[in-house]
Amino acid sequence: MSVAGITETVQYLTFKLSEEVFAVDVAKVREILEITTITKVPQTPDFMRGVINLRGSVVPVIDMRLKFGMSATEQTVNTCIIVVEINMDGDITVLGALADSVQEVVELEPESIESAPHIGTKLNTDFIKGMGKHNGSFIIILDIDKVFSSDEISLVRENERHAA
Amino acid sequence: MIEAHIITYREEANELLTELETSLLELEETPEDSELIGRVFRAMHTIKGSGAMFGFDEIAGFTHEVETVFDMVRNGKMAVTKELLNLTLRARDHIKSLLDASVSGEAIDCARGDAIISGLRLLLPEDVSMEVVQSVKVNVPAVELPSGDNKIWRIRLKPIPEIFLSGTNPLALINELRNLGNCSVIAHTDLIPHLSEMNPEHCYLYWDIILTTNRGLDAIKDVFIFCEDDCELKIDLVDDGESDTDQSPRKLGDILIERGDLNPAEMNRILGMQKRFGELAVAVGAVTPDKIQSALVEQQQIKNIRQERAAQDAAVSIRVPAEKLDQLVNLVGELVTVQAHLSQTAAFQNSADVTAIAEEIERLTESLRDTALNIRMLPIGSTFTKFKRLVRDLSQELGKEIEMVTEGAETELDKTVIERLNDPLVHLIRNSIDHGIEIPGVRRAAGKPAQGTIHLGAVHSGDSVLITIRDDGAGLDRDRIREKAIERGLMSATADLPDKDIYNMIFAPGFSTAAKVTSVSGRGVGMDVVKKGIESLRGSISISSNRGIGSTITLRIPLTLAIIESLLVRIDSSYFVLPLSHVEECVELTREDIKNAHGRNLAHVRGNLIPYIPLREQFEISGNRPDIEQIVITAINGSKVGFVVDSVIGEHQTVIKTLGRVYRDVKGISGATILGDGTVALILDMGMLLQTISNEKETV
Repeated sequence: MSVAGITETVQYLTFKLSEEVFAVDVAKVREILEITTITKVPQTPDFMRGVINLRGSVVPVIDMRLKFGMSATEQTVNTCIIVVEINMDGDITVLGALADSVQEVVELEPESIESAPHIGTKLNTDFIKGMGKHNGSFIIILDIDKVFSSDEISLVRENERHAA
Repeated sequence: MIEAHIITYREEANELLTELETSLLELEETPEDSELIGRVFRAMHTIKGSGAMFGFDEIAGFTHEVETVFDMVRNGKMAVTKELLNLTLRARDHIKSLLDASVSGEAIDCARGDAIISGLRLLLPEDVSMEVVQSVKVNVPAVELPSGDNKIWRIRLKPIPEIFLSGTNPLALINELRNLGNCSVIAHTDLIPHLSEMNPEHCYLYWDIILTTNRGLDAIKDVFIFCEDDCELKIDLVDDGESDTDQSPRKLGDILIERGDLNPAEMNRILGMQKRFGELAVAVGAVTPDKIQSALVEQQQIKNIRQERAAQDAAVSIRVPAEKLDQLVNLVGELVTVQAHLSQTAAFQNSADVTAIAEEIERLTESLRDTALNIRMLPIGSTFTKFKRLVRDLSQELGKEIEMVTEGAETELDKTVIERLNDPLVHLIRNSIDHGIEIPGVRRAAGKPAQGTIHLGAVHSGDSVLITIRDDGAGLDRDRIREKAIERGLMSATADLPDKDIYNMIFAPGFSTAAKVTSVSGRGVGMDVVKKGIESLRGSISISSNRGIGSTITLRIPLTLAIIESLLVRIDSSYFVLPLSHVEECVELTREDIKNAHGRNLAHVRGNLIPYIPLREQFEISGNRPDIEQIVITAINGSKVGFVVDSVIGEHQTVIKTLGRVYRDVKGISGATILGDGTVALILDMGMLLQTISNEKETV
């Protein structure tokens, strides 16, 4: 029942986008911030919310809801920014991902992770590492590197379209 | 500890190799210059000497052979020929590869070294070649040939009384010193106690040795290498052999003070007792007081000049790892941000005391910033040498005659900028050599001198440096570029573009007009890489070309990548900064003005019409325009353009932060900065913004 590539028991941080529960590998997460002022960078797609000041460095923030085809994130007390370190074409890049709320850190064994269904989800299956079973419900485990590497490509395309 | 020495040696050797290369290339132009020959020789000598000291035997051995040949040249037994220079340059590369191999642990290509050496030996005149070959066989790199000028050293050797117990014989040391050169030894006996208190196994003597030698400090130190801990050893350079010969010999009093035998106060007391020479001369009536006065003035003047010169000589430099400097600049960047916060807070506090402190800190921060950035500035000339070599080697390979002229080598740029400029410049110069300059026959037919010229220049211009690469070659083939561009679908066959835009086509990825691929160029990678490289430095590139006369490529590179002066502006709740170097002035834009302009974005400024771009619309920022907006008028690429913002806040020290890979492709925004209150402001790249806007207009 396990997924190729997941052989060890790993801790995952779970968070909610709308009513769905997602998870990322804890090793990828650097910190979780409360929502702060986000400065929009003009002439960029909507899902790229802008940049924040993270103790002196400028960190881009991406609205995962928009990225995954949901409506834009509404700001509530639970809204937060998950700061992740991702591998972008070989470089480690720090990014902020906007989430409706952060849930908990769970440990999932390889046996309790199934491969992603090819149909039945709005998400591009490339983004999904697997579906984890936890307390009787499913958690979508994201391949965060893939989510954001394809991001970049879409930004470039969008710009080209913009220019054309 | 040893590791550190080895690292220093490598750094030094690399520097020396660069110097060697420069000198060799200069020598090619002026083969008779004995000063240059001396420089070449000294560079090799030092590489060899310290190489042997730190166990780089390969390097020392190899360099020794090359050095031997250059010793002949230096002594006038051999002439500087092209072959010799070719071989020596290859030898330099070999030393470099030996040095690199010692880091990476790669296998060393001995055959190449041997080939160079046998080539060098062939060049030697008949009568000396035997002698040299023999000395080569003995191969003792550590024994140095006499080199450099004679210098006078003063050595004070004061062994501890128990020195004999360790088996050291001071006499042997002194004899060894005698072997180094002319030596006068003075033994001091004042420490010898009364006979009844004397321990016959103790040494009570100490010596002053004045040694005239052409061997360096290291050779002297080597003598004492085994007894350093058992002696009080002081080695001073008394006369470096290079200072003016007309300099008067040192005064007795100075010598005594320097040796520590007399303290300055005592000397002054003694000197006070004697009458001045001038006074004495007047007293005996030999000269008049005014004559003395004029002589004194002259003396003073000479003294001043000497002092100035001494001060220059004393300007020493130290070696600091680059990352420490980067760290310093980063810290200064943080400090500037914090200082901005402080100033802002102080302004709200309304307390004179706090304001005063904030201002003081602002002033200090500013000079600290300038100093810190200045430390990282390097003259660009160091990279120019590399290009001279490139031109030399490549033109030989292609059978062209090319001279490289450089100008403005002293122009200073940030270290990182220089490093990142290297690759683009290599590409551009290779292009000039391969595509630009024609072969001699063609040049003569065109009525041009057979030798082509590539001019590489650097000059300061505001907060940027302009680097120009100019060749007197064939120039860009406009029609051919156009043809290719149409073929590749970069432009429509009917479009009539100005020359500038057509030339810019060569920056398209994969673009090449070369009929066949050579080892040098024609693969069509390159120009787009150059453009990317320059843009990553926030620089710009422009081409102008005249068919048959030559082309000029101009790079505009910002001085530093870290901190810039800029103008902070606001649109709605967003903040933007514009590099101050481009800002000319700010004028108001009222509703009235907009109405009078009849929908055209043109402003009247003292009789001139200036086009402006409403940034609010351009950036799709929501909210209402205020009644009175501000136009920031900027000069970009020679033309004036205004940018409309809600309000101008003022000057700002902008610490540049990159937006990272995610926003790499955003046009018109080159980075971000953090304001005093923690908000992020975006840095506008006005040139880029204009370009995107005009592109949009064209396609609409």
